[in-house]
Amino acid sequence: MRKLFEPISTAWLGIITHKLRSFLTILGVVIGVAAVIALMSIGKGTERSVISSIQALGADLMFVRPGATTTGGVRTAIGSAQTLTLEDAQAIAQEMPYIAGIAPQTSTSLQIITGSQNMRSQVQGVTPDYLYVYNLEVAQGSFFTEYEYQTGARIAVIGSNVQETLFPETNPVGMQIRAGNYVLRVVGVLAYKGTSVTGQTDDAIFVPLTTMQILSNQPRTSRGEYIVSSIGIKVTDQKYSPAVKEAITDLLRYRHQLGTGVDNDFTVTSLEEIISSVSSVINQMTFLLGAIAAISLVVGGIGVMNIMLVSVIERTREIGVRKALGAREGDIWGQFLTEAAFLTFTGGIIGVAAGWVISYFVNRSGLVSTVVTADIVVLAVSVSIGIGLFFGFYPAWQASRLNPIEALRAE
Amino acid sequence: MIQLDGIGKIYQMGKRQLEVLHGVTLRIEKGEMVAIMGPSGSGKTTLLNLIGCLDKPTSGMYVLDGKEVSHLKAGELAQVRGQKIGFVFQTFNLLPQFSALANVEVGLRYSWNTDHLRDKARQALTRVGLADRIGHRPTELSGGEQQRVAIARAIAKDPPLVLADEPTGNLDSRSGAEVMALLSSLHEEQGITLVMITHDPNIAHYCQRIIRLMDGQVVAEEKVL
Repeated sequence: MRKLFEPISTAWLGIITHKLRSFLTILGVVIGVAAVIALMSIGKGTERSVISSIQALGADLMFVRPGATTTGGVRTAIGSAQTLTLEDAQAIAQEMPYIAGIAPQTSTSLQIITGSQNMRSQVQGVTPDYLYVYNLEVAQGSFFTEYEYQTGARIAVIGSNVQETLFPETNPVGMQIRAGNYVLRVVGVLAYKGTSVTGQTDDAIFVPLTTMQILSNQPRTSRGEYIVSSIGIKVTDQKYSPAVKEAITDLLRYRHQLGTGVDNDFTVTSLEEIISSVSSVINQMTFLLGAIAAISLVVGGIGVMNIMLVSVIERTREIGVRKALGAREGDIWGQFLTEAAFLTFTGGIIGVAAGWVISYFVNRSGLVSTVVTADIVVLAVSVSIGIGLFFGFYPAWQASRLNPIEALRAE
Repeated sequence: MIQLDGIGKIYQMGKRQLEVLHGVTLRIEKGEMVAIMGPSGSGKTTLLNLIGCLDKPTSGMYVLDGKEVSHLKAGELAQVRGQKIGFVFQTFNLLPQFSALANVEVGLRYSWNTDHLRDKARQALTRVGLADRIGHRPTELSGGEQQRVAIARAIAKDPPLVLADEPTGNLDSRSGAEVMALLSSLHEEQGITLVMITHDPNIAHYCQRIIRLMDGQVVAEEKVL
């Protein structure tokens, strides 16, 4: 214990006797650690906020989308095939356990016109379950009912941005809009949601899928089934996601009459998978940011090495005295190494505090949310100690190798 | 205590060889107080460094306290220094950032016997009459006081041998006399073997024996009456 304490108290004395020099010495480490902490906290904060916004949809959500078509060996983009049908969705709803809700949808882009305003909007044909499956809320009026869906009522629910554009400062419920060649009655307005992985609901107009089939001549498969662009599925519990995913795959392969060895013509993606892929991308970005910041730590380490070398020369006589008193090479080496590590450790602590402050103000500015996690702090502090050990190694070795007689003769 | 047989020391100065000591044979008994005198360049300091295990002889044999030390490795020599030898330097060589007490503690830390460090350091400072100055830094002490702290540092670990290289060289005659009186009393009361280099015949007369060195050889040994 004393063996460790003496070098630390010596290092501390050195720091307070040469305040400015010590400060400049560790400044590089301070800046490096602060940069690592601030950038990593921004990365972590971004990851958390992205994931929580995805999770707001419900981690129990899955999507089925059509796969790619292969025509003469040329594969098109995923989602471009017209293989998924309304009947597929109905079959899933009827035959699968653990399904809380199912939302097939199809969309088309139409010019929407009211008395004096008009805009191009994505019109989504959906089922009444859509609201529940995607965790949406109605701000005014109501969503359409099962009856309205079954009868293909000429009604629409509009997104909040659509309301602002077409009905500024008026209540749109009960008003009429024209979509293409058809007149629809607005029955509700969705609450503002913002962009999410499922797309923009604020700029869209929602009509019953049955109405959509009349509105825009929806394509059918060769068997006469209505084609849909995707199917959203909410499972009763997240833990059933993998099993449900497998069961849906089997069911759809059977329905699409895909023989063994034929690729799926659809893809099933759970939100969990999306979260893990998004978070791995953000993690890589965070790591990259941290690595860039770590460069300044290395530069700081070189500064420490420089000053330690100067310090060894300045304290040559002290080293001689210690050796005359019986210090072995290892004692001197350990002393200078501990001093270097203590210096950078101090820099690390100050850097963590500075990084924390930066992270706090970035968070408060509202630009990006930031999170300082314990593992980042522990990592930064241990890296700063490691830098002291690494860059103190050579100066300490030089000090330990000094000849005591020559060292005692030094001025 | 000290037995030197045909000790030679050659320094390599670039391509030139410098023979500083040749064939020094010397015997110093336990409890003796000996002065080494001689003109500059006669090899006094080199001899003291060899006796103090700071350096190894090029030739010859050195037995310290019954143990052959001329062929020890650097680490083993450091251990011998830490356990058996106390140094007192002309320029005191106290560590300026430390208090008197801490300076004495540093000496004890490398002595392989680090129990009750602080108590031993305090006792040593009391022994040299600086009990009331233990918290002072070297810069706050007079030259004589600094040398007494250095002596406390040398004797705190209770070594059988104390070596002093012109201990009064940087002191005025009054402080010098005080320091010599202190060294003599330590020698008499604690039986410490003391070997010192000096230029000053008055200082040498505190010792029991004077060894005269010239051109790297012992030219005379005289008893002080």
